[in-house]
Amino acid sequence: MSESKNGHYKVIGTRPIRHDGVDKVTGRAKYGADYAFPGMLFGKVLRSPHAHAIIKSINVEKALKMPGVKAIVTSADLPEAEDSTQQVGEAAMNPRYLSMNILAHQKALYDGHAIAAVAATSPHIAEEALRLIEVDYEVLPPVMTVDDAMKKNAPILLPNLRNKEEGDNPTNVANHLQFKRGDTKAGLAAADFVVEREFHTAMVHQGYIEPHNAVGIYNSDGQGTIYCSTQGAFDVRSMCAQVLGISVGKIKVVPAEIGGGFGGKTTIYLEPLSLMLAKKTGHPVKLVMTRGEVLRATGPTSGSKIKIKMGCTRDGKITGAEVWMAYEAGAFPGSPVGAGAMCLLAPYNIDNFQIDGYDVVVNRPKTAAYRAPGATNAAMASETVIDELAEKCGMDPIDFRIANAAKEGTAQIVGPPYKRIGFIETVEAIKNSPHYKSALTGKNRGRGVAAGFWFNAGMQSSATVNIQTDGTASVITGSTDIGGSRAAMAMITAEVLGMDVTDVRPTVADTDSTGHTDVTGGSRTTFATGMAVYNAAQDALRQLKERAAKTWEKKPEDVKFEDGKFSAEGEGIKPMTVKQLASRLARTGGPITGRAQVSTGGIGVGPAFAATLVDVEVDPDTGKVQILRATVAQDAGTAIHPSYVEGQMQGGTSQGLGWALNEEYFYDSKGTLKNIGLLDYRMPTCLDLPMIETAIVEIPNPIHPLGVRGVGEVSIVPPPAAVANAIYKATGVRMTELPMSPPRVLKAILEHRRVHDLQAAAAD
Amino acid sequence: MATAVIPSLMRKLTGGHDRVTVSGRNLREAIADLDRQYPGIANQLTEDGDIKASIAVSIDGEVGTNGVLDTIRESSEIHFLPQISGGN
Repeated sequence: MSESKNGHYKVIGTRPIRHDGVDKVTGRAKYGADYAFPGMLFGKVLRSPHAHAIIKSINVEKALKMPGVKAIVTSADLPEAEDSTQQVGEAAMNPRYLSMNILAHQKALYDGHAIAAVAATSPHIAEEALRLIEVDYEVLPPVMTVDDAMKKNAPILLPNLRNKEEGDNPTNVANHLQFKRGDTKAGLAAADFVVEREFHTAMVHQGYIEPHNAVGIYNSDGQGTIYCSTQGAFDVRSMCAQVLGISVGKIKVVPAEIGGGFGGKTTIYLEPLSLMLAKKTGHPVKLVMTRGEVLRATGPTSGSKIKIKMGCTRDGKITGAEVWMAYEAGAFPGSPVGAGAMCLLAPYNIDNFQIDGYDVVVNRPKTAAYRAPGATNAAMASETVIDELAEKCGMDPIDFRIANAAKEGTAQIVGPPYKRIGFIETVEAIKNSPHYKSALTGKNRGRGVAAGFWFNAGMQSSATVNIQTDGTASVITGSTDIGGSRAAMAMITAEVLGMDVTDVRPTVADTDSTGHTDVTGGSRTTFATGMAVYNAAQDALRQLKERAAKTWEKKPEDVKFEDGKFSAEGEGIKPMTVKQLASRLARTGGPITGRAQVSTGGIGVGPAFAATLVDVEVDPDTGKVQILRATVAQDAGTAIHPSYVEGQMQGGTSQGLGWALNEEYFYDSKGTLKNIGLLDYRMPTCLDLPMIETAIVEIPNPIHPLGVRGVGEVSIVPPPAAVANAIYKATGVRMTELPMSPPRVLKAILEHRRVHDLQAAAAD
Repeated sequence: MATAVIPSLMRKLTGGHDRVTVSGRNLREAIADLDRQYPGIANQLTEDGDIKASIAVSIDGEVGTNGVLDTIRESSEIHFLPQISGGN
């Protein structure tokens, strides 16, 4: 029985067992590192020990002479890539910078930057050979923070980088964005209460468990194949083609099963190296990163500095907001500061604001996408300031949010009005939750709430639905399955065709076997690939109706399809099931294949909101924060498979809580990353978190045939601010820095006590 | 006539105007008209005859998928947005 409140579904809204479940729990599912081919070689990457250095020379002669070493590649083997901005999948990227990140050209720009790659007959020989590669570095001072990078005489990372505002002067500021509406100064002047604070958030990693991997095969006819763990096989193909200067038609990418990505596997690192080494050696070459390499040299998300000033009237109406935000892009331009700027005030209807965002290069790894990129940093600032304003007004923090809520018709930060959205329903779901209605008692305990926004993306997807001769079906897409999308695609197919979901076999195909499909990212797969599957299933259904009409000598429009049966008015016509009709395909015109391709627009196709409620207990002696209880509400539009929607909500919340409390990159004064393992890069485990309670809100997305919005990201946005607000309630301390780790919380508590004691002494 | 909403940092090219009336059946014609009124702005929005990869265009609340060939109506409202990337 379907749980969905939208429409009368038989399959959508139920909770079937995922189609790939057995393979995954029995270990049969094939991940990238599982691939092996005859004659396969093993690759390893030499990485810079310096955060910022000129590469004066690289000498590979000794390494090449080592027995078992078959080939070495450096940036000298890469063609010059185009210096331009290009659209690849959902992201704009510069092929030149992408190439410079794959193998350092002239300069090493972060600790762990790839310098050379070796292929050898064993991974151990390849690793030994790395020690024989001689690199002459001229070490330069590292630039690790946006403050240092934006100083007037800061060391410059990229000598050719310019921005529109600084003319021909070299700079570390890659871009300045601004969003402005109304009269911010007047808005703030009209406020009865104004809160102004500065926030700092640490660079954090997605923490996917499976390291990056790639196997490259290059044939003598110029055809290459890459097996890898990726969120987007077509994007791997496009990016490799750009970096290697070859046609996309010469590369096939086979997406392996994926052990987590969260945005971090939407770009390339090892994939072009595997193909370059395969081309040089004539053998398949496999590379697999260590955990240390993943942390040092793949894309985390930005650390940031955000200054915010917001005001409201005594009765709780926000009158204006002024925001300055700078995000670390890593070594090359492209932080998510634009997205952060567009999300920061997105849940609210504010007439006067100005948001200035700066994309700043620093000597850290190039950032990659991470679940609602940029929005979590932003919400930490806006949602704690909103909590403070609500307190000044004496209002319940949820009522304050509802009083200022964006709704259908409200202008978004970027201008266009929202269509139907569910922000109010989402925060109301928290207010109506058993958690919110429960009492929180005990010393050093506090409860906090926060909300968040993410656009959700659309983009391009393709799908094929084949009707089998026994009335079952296969559905083929190019969306790698990270969160249960195979099951969702099978459910949509089954719903349209009136089948049992176990009669639909979903397949994730390689780039030669299905039409172009953008990344599994931006919460877009169930929205866009789901739309393509829905349309492909409808196409198959249309053809089935034609066959029934042909059989009965009727017009297709005279054929009805209800409850899995085709019927028509007429003497002697007996309703037929899909199975009965499918058995006659060969005699009524041949196979039936439903096809669809969709191009659904880029951003903001399914605006999504989440709200998080947390209870914490703070140890006043150590600063340790324990999460006692957490509830998340999220507008899914329509929940195709509620268990996987809940899984995304719980996963996003868990990552947000880790970001809130513990996770951060620790660099020393030389710019060397010190926490390169998961013991030191402290992600939450099941021992750190309670079972996260969920409330799925279903406000149908008006532009999707099934009302889907997408669910993969927004639940990561509110947790840090919710935890900060809860810590305030527990201790009286407003935290403004992430992570809120024990030393930082303890320091803030002690400072709070010191000020309190001084005030008390002065009063005496 | 359609309305083009000018991004904040491009308003120096339009004399501070945030909304400009433009004519055209599609985005290409609308941008050409915008450039006729405020020379130089097309260079900020287009490259090689198409919308820059770093920009998305929303027409009447929908992000277009046909680049400069997206249809503009008399009452259309056009917004130029930065492209973003997602994570899951």
